[in-house]
Amino acid sequence: MILCEDLLIQQGSFSLGPLSLTIPTGKYAVLMGETGCGKTSLLESIVGLRQIASGKVIVDGVLVNRLPPAQRQFGYVPQDGALFTTMTVAENLSFALMIRGVSRREQIQRQNELAQELGITHLLSRMPANLSGGEKQRVALGRALAHRPKLLLLDEPLSSLDQKTRSEMIEILRATHAHWGLTVLHVTHHNEEADRLAQIRFRLNKGILMSEWTA
Amino acid sequence: MKPVRGWSDRIFIGCLTLVGVAFALLIIGMLAADLFFIEWRNFLELYEKPEIRYATKLTLLSCLTATILSLWVAVPFGYVLSRQNFPGKALLDIIVDIPLVLPPLVLGLSLLILFQTQVGRAIEQTLERHTGWMLVYLAIPVIGSILFWPLLSGKRALLLVATLFLVIEAVMIGWVGPQLKPYLNDAFGTRVTYGIPAVILAQFAVAGSFAIRTMKVTFDQLSPRTENVALTLGCTRAQAFWLVVVPESRRGIVSAAGVAFSRSLGEFGPILVFAGTTRMKTEVLSSTVFLELSVGRLNNALTVSMVLVGLAFVILGLMRLFGLRSKPI
Repeated sequence: MILCEDLLIQQGSFSLGPLSLTIPTGKYAVLMGETGCGKTSLLESIVGLRQIASGKVIVDGVLVNRLPPAQRQFGYVPQDGALFTTMTVAENLSFALMIRGVSRREQIQRQNELAQELGITHLLSRMPANLSGGEKQRVALGRALAHRPKLLLLDEPLSSLDQKTRSEMIEILRATHAHWGLTVLHVTHHNEEADRLAQIRFRLNKGILMSEWTA
Repeated sequence: MKPVRGWSDRIFIGCLTLVGVAFALLIIGMLAADLFFIEWRNFLELYEKPEIRYATKLTLLSCLTATILSLWVAVPFGYVLSRQNFPGKALLDIIVDIPLVLPPLVLGLSLLILFQTQVGRAIEQTLERHTGWMLVYLAIPVIGSILFWPLLSGKRALLLVATLFLVIEAVMIGWVGPQLKPYLNDAFGTRVTYGIPAVILAQFAVAGSFAIRTMKVTFDQLSPRTENVALTLGCTRAQAFWLVVVPESRRGIVSAAGVAFSRSLGEFGPILVFAGTTRMKTEVLSSTVFLELSVGRLNNALTVSMVLVGLAFVILGLMRLFGLRSKPI
């Protein structure tokens, strides 16, 4: 379970909060709101990339406020995927495992497992520059899942995709969520994504966070 | 209604092109005039002279050293200037640019004065007396063990590198060190001022500034997102820097190296003041041009100039080949 209590984010003249949200284990939460309302800032605070002025981020009973992003063990997919452009798809997928000193054999095993699940086995030897938007997002998702995180944070992962690819990706996200039993926080401003994916829906409006159960 | 685009656009683009062509013609004209003026049989004759060969060798070696030093400073410093905010950053940013705007002779003079201060003299003496000691017991073990780093991987890499360092250190202390020390001190122990280190330092002072500028722009253009993702995947800041940021900035690093090398190649004023232009000692090709010109041997000066032009072309070609023409990212 993720529990955010009275999170206050301040950077220069920008200020957001205090905000509180709870996502029970295994649920798919979607955070919606207008562009520029602070959705990404909130997500970055939870993942540890942005410092919070006050408040608590508790994951499965552990306070992670002061932990660096590396130790929080979350999966994170930013807006454009942000793949490592100097590495092949396979290297992108096994990056988190390589950092953890996992054996080469296990890395390849996990690579293949993820590639199969996300339908990117034929892309493993390619460089990210030669991938389409949808392919990039699948690789980014696979890379974020490689180290088996409990919590997956997605920052508008489908915003740059066309309608057909978005629909496919929504199915992939739904299947991945169900298969791994992940807790997900998905930031978007698309109603379609929220309608098809959300079990809990949050709406950030003028600095106030509202929540509603949809499933 | 008439279409808006038409002759006026062509005239506008034509005018812009004309300005560019005029500038290109100036450069081509200068080089062509040089080429027609040179007596080519003089070229081989000149390159049989040991002092010219020495100057060429010293030029290439000093420029290479200054380039490596520049990159060594520019990559981390450019990164800090681009990514971090700290008090005094704006001031530091201005300080980096000072060597770019300072008159070359003033830069040389400032370096000369710096080495007349107490700290400068202490450095001079240390380099003169203790270079052999520092090379044997510090530089060789450190460089020797770090060279093996890329061959090792995994968690034990650091441990193996440390072991290798201790092994080389033990070999140095117990076996070859005592014999090697005086030899290396004679070969490399030298004063800075009016010596080869002064040549390199003068080149580095300017080339470093250019390299830092280039690297800062490179890091500014790289999105911090990939780096952030690396952090969430388990990297420390250092790992994210070495594994993600440095490989992604490789084109910028090649450009910075090219800029640093070509700046070092053209450096003259600070070298003249700080290192002097002693034949077979501190003479580099840019000072050869000056020396030959000062005794009225215009043709020799021109011949050496054309060698410098040729080197500049080679560097620009290499930069295009490895930097700008690499796979689009």
